[in-house]
Amino acid sequence: MAESDVALKKFQSEVRQWMQENVPADPGFLLPLSFLEVGTEQQLDFLRAWQHKVWQAGYLGMHWPSEFGGQGADPAYQAIVDRELQRVNAPILFNTIGLNWVGPLLLDIGSKESQAKYVKGILSGDEIWCQGFSEPDHGSDLGSVQTRAVRDGDEFVINGSKIWTTLGNFADHMILLARTNTETERKYDGLSFFLAPMKIAGVDAHPIRKVTGEYGFNQVFFTDARIPAATLMREEGQGWSVAMKTLEYERGVSAGQASAHWMVSIQIDDMVDQLRGYQRDGEALLNDPIVRDDTVKLIMEAKASALARSRMRIGPLTSDYPMGLPLSSKYRWTEYARRMKLFTAAMQGGHSALYVGDEDAYQGGFWQRAYFSNFGATIGGGTTEVQANIIAEHVLGLPK
Amino acid sequence: MTSVLGDLSIALTEEQGMLLDVARGFVADKAPIDAVRAQLETASGFDASVWQEMVELGWTGIALPESVGGSAMGVGSVVPVVESLGAGLLGTPLINTTLAGQLLLRAGGASVEPWLQRITEGEIATVALLDSGDWGATNTALDLTADGVLNGRKLMVGDATVADIFVVVCQQDGQPALAVVERSALSDGAVKANTLIDLTKRSGNVDFSGVTAVFSCCGDTVVSALRDFHLLGAMLVAAEAAGSAARCLDGIVDYLKTRKQFGKLIGSYQALKHPTVDIYCGMEDARSFVYHAATHVTDDSLSLDAELACRMAKAQASDVMSYAGDRSVQFHGGIGFTWDCDSTLFIRRAQWTAQAFGDPAHHRKHLGRLLLSD
Repeated sequence: MAESDVALKKFQSEVRQWMQENVPADPGFLLPLSFLEVGTEQQLDFLRAWQHKVWQAGYLGMHWPSEFGGQGADPAYQAIVDRELQRVNAPILFNTIGLNWVGPLLLDIGSKESQAKYVKGILSGDEIWCQGFSEPDHGSDLGSVQTRAVRDGDEFVINGSKIWTTLGNFADHMILLARTNTETERKYDGLSFFLAPMKIAGVDAHPIRKVTGEYGFNQVFFTDARIPAATLMREEGQGWSVAMKTLEYERGVSAGQASAHWMVSIQIDDMVDQLRGYQRDGEALLNDPIVRDDTVKLIMEAKASALARSRMRIGPLTSDYPMGLPLSSKYRWTEYARRMKLFTAAMQGGHSALYVGDEDAYQGGFWQRAYFSNFGATIGGGTTEVQANIIAEHVLGLPK
Repeated sequence: MTSVLGDLSIALTEEQGMLLDVARGFVADKAPIDAVRAQLETASGFDASVWQEMVELGWTGIALPESVGGSAMGVGSVVPVVESLGAGLLGTPLINTTLAGQLLLRAGGASVEPWLQRITEGEIATVALLDSGDWGATNTALDLTADGVLNGRKLMVGDATVADIFVVVCQQDGQPALAVVERSALSDGAVKANTLIDLTKRSGNVDFSGVTAVFSCCGDTVVSALRDFHLLGAMLVAAEAAGSAARCLDGIVDYLKTRKQFGKLIGSYQALKHPTVDIYCGMEDARSFVYHAATHVTDDSLSLDAELACRMAKAQASDVMSYAGDRSVQFHGGIGFTWDCDSTLFIRRAQWTAQAFGDPAHHRKHLGRLLLSD
């Protein structure tokens, strides 16, 4: 259903008006750069209230069904909201694992009961979700997870440990990939997928401090934690396919996410604005031809990624590798972003050495922190190296 | 506040989609690698009957007005054809002839229609531009007298040995000028073929001394037309390189899928896999820039968005072609080092492509001027 430009234009000005009146002022404490860095109760309360406000205004999950808290609208409307949120640098919509991975997954392949039970709480921010895939010994190799789920009547008993669990210490629910069968021929066939409760006995989340100095990750320990068998998604042994479907939403290969506003937007223009103000050898940094060349290379990378999104819509220009552009977008974009932030920090001369907390740091140490923080993107959701394998094998057809 | 990214649109018209289809089919049919190799050491570098078929398909008139028999689809519509030729490593005079037509059209107005008509009908045209290897030079020593007589020489004139019509970049009283020279006006020894690194390409040094031009023009329209010509040249060479890089990637992938060492297909080694992925991504980026440029070039003086697009296309396409050709030789191992391996053709294409219409650093330098000046 194509929406008329007039209706969208009108909607955009309505959203702009709302943003002007409702985007909160700087709270006076450090806000996370993305949903991966929500570390304190203070941050959580602030972000939860903000998400609730956006949802109540009807601006979150607009294209989700109205019976589950959405608006049943065309996705073009949510895209407008997301653009406006980015434009005014609004605080992020933090419940990302629910909003962008679990919600679309449930709406896609979840039971009617699970949709009714969970989806609305995801949008309102009342129920926070985390993801229990990676384990201490099994990060990128997801098929080998060892956390055990043993059926006992109408419950499963969970033992084991998950790691890099974003929001794990605050979450109400976890999408949990656990091993229900250790005897299967293929390791994948022994996995099951649960919509597991977190606030129960036997579940302990331990926050992990990051290279940025902030928190957000957890290691979660399960010790004879008992979860209802009804939280099993699909059948026992079908967990791998559900997990793969989840990753399609996580990696943006499939559409349906409630909002794209899950991180502080750091654009190439922000970099260029900064570089214009820096000095080297007593003159403007950008007079240096080598710095200019490196800067242009980064601009081209940013533009190429944006152009890829335009080209994705044109059949005859994508037929050689139909899934190539979407499957390579994380690989190219996250690596570009890492280098762009590193470059900006590295061009600050002595100020490169100052970090968040130092009053002389440029922009409060924003770029140094952003560079470190970006490793969440190049490692999380499958490292850059695993992404390269995925592209090699699934796009180019190279052998495993 | 406008973004340094500028416009981000890519559009493909239905006609352009059809041209892409037809050109890909044509190249698959006419340019199997044996046919390409059969031309490597011929004087012209192409099969005249294949060229004639391209003329009959209307490809020499794609971007020329209907008044001269063209189809007026705009020079962006030449992109899918040239990209396809690049994929086949099919050396023909289409790029040079198209660019000569564009330069004449943009500088000469109605008075150049007789030559445009002949170009549409399949006569080969080329632009004599370079005094030296400096693609960024803004002046020329080649002089045009008030009587229309040229004095001086040009380097690396594309398809010089077969061209019927030369559009010569010259100067008259210090003003940039263009002169049209007929092949018949050149003496026998005037054209000296170059030994080019790319065996599918042809060019030559041409001495125009004492030759009388059949048409000339100068002034602001020439300056503007020359700027557009440089950018369109960059775009078309980039389109060709994007096609060549895609085909080079195909060759690498095929080899990685079939060659075994230490009991394993070599494509299973990440040391080969990951650079191959970077070639793939770089090739996709080149295609995006090339079709973005094709979206923005018009018959009018090129816009800033068009200029950014053409320059980025050239910088990206040459860089990925250089990387692809280089890695293709390396990944094929000992066989890759041999004349008979097609990697030879690709690495040579890469070296030619890198310099044509300015190397990547040249274009990034100008992008810096356009994007980063105060």
